[in-house]
Amino acid sequence: MDGFLSTPIGILAITIAQTLALLVPVLIAVAYLTLAERKVLAAMQLRKGPNVVGPFGLLQPFADALKMLMKETIVPSGANRFLFILAPMLLFMLAMLAWAVIPVNDGWAIADINVGVLYLFAISSLGVYGIIIAGWASNSKYAFLGALRSAAQMVSYEVSMGFVIVTVLLCVGSLNLSEVVRAQQNVWFFIPLFPMFVIFFISILAETNRAPFDLPEGESELVAGFFVEYSSMTFALFFLGEYANMILMSALTTILFLGGWLPPVAVEPFTWIPGPIWFALKICLCLFVFIWVRATFPRYRYDQLMRLGWKVFLPFSLVWLVITAAVLKLTGWLPA
Amino acid sequence: MTQPLLAEYFPILVFLAIAGGIALAMVGGSLLLARQKPNAEKLSAYECGFEPFDDTRRRFDVRFYLVAILFIIFDLEVAFLFPWAVSLGGIGWFGFLSMIAFLGVLTVGFIYEWRKGALDWE
Repeated sequence: MDGFLSTPIGILAITIAQTLALLVPVLIAVAYLTLAERKVLAAMQLRKGPNVVGPFGLLQPFADALKMLMKETIVPSGANRFLFILAPMLLFMLAMLAWAVIPVNDGWAIADINVGVLYLFAISSLGVYGIIIAGWASNSKYAFLGALRSAAQMVSYEVSMGFVIVTVLLCVGSLNLSEVVRAQQNVWFFIPLFPMFVIFFISILAETNRAPFDLPEGESELVAGFFVEYSSMTFALFFLGEYANMILMSALTTILFLGGWLPPVAVEPFTWIPGPIWFALKICLCLFVFIWVRATFPRYRYDQLMRLGWKVFLPFSLVWLVITAAVLKLTGWLPA
Repeated sequence: MTQPLLAEYFPILVFLAIAGGIALAMVGGSLLLARQKPNAEKLSAYECGFEPFDDTRRRFDVRFYLVAILFIIFDLEVAFLFPWAVSLGGIGWFGFLSMIAFLGVLTVGFIYEWRKGALDWE
């Protein structure tokens, strides 16, 4: 058996098994995130939320999936057929692809590449292509405007996200995601870098087009934004991709600021719980805040959104980056 | 050298294949299982019930283009900062101050854009 596992086919089989072992839980998590969102929103509005399909509505996501599957796939007559179908698949694939480098526990990253942070940054940037292609290929005004808005919003907040990530890297001295977590053994980065943590969290809300920055989907003006023409599974892929991205961004927040798989304090009762559980708990916490924000804040206006991104977050994160670098340099705390 | 490096990236290829497979299976499965019965009304672009007025591919606000240009500049800046941040411990004060000078130049450009109103959405 040992011999087989080190042959190319054996390695391929192991990698496929590992991939499925990560992707299947992620997809199930996406399904239940949609349910959790509806339940939490309902609770915050003193409603019950889905409670008919299965106990506590637990089978609701599967009912939704089946319904989507049985719907007609509509490709508008003016649309560019190939790109129209490609866009949701691209968005979904990118949302899945990013998970390859996420370390769930010490040494549990499937692809433990040494430029993990850069890889994640690149993959999340590519998401804009899915949106632009969808908006362009639909050949519908709502979709087109929604796509433009969405793309402009995503790129605006990506810049300040980049500065925040660089600040964290200054404290780590490595681009490997596992190293980023290991550097937080003593103190999680959200404590010394608290302002950057806040900026990062708000930026990922904008990056994933979530409330209060859900302008691309602004129901009241753009109907559904860039995916207004989509139906059936092509629509479901956008939906899955968007929610998978929410979980991914929560995972990234967890890795960069909340100590990844590390327990809050490394003493007895906390260390009994295995790393992946801590990791999942922290992701759930972030996701809860995502939903909480949606239930609490009114939507931003587009000019306010751009002002916040370019005139507040960008200068602030840039200045904070320089201050962090200078402090680390002066005190000699830089990682060698 | 190349062999372990490629091995590190190999799982990403597997991820790509599996994610693509799932996406294809979902769209294909729906196409096969669901009844497809298109007609001209169903397939026209959605415009709140009106007939579509004219083609979508027309002029749009130039500020989106401006945002894209600004994004390229600042994203490149971030790309330069990545290696600098990782190696700051080993490049001394000269390395530190070079990047500060570079950021200073960009900040001057940023202030110029701001004053010119490139960042305003009325």
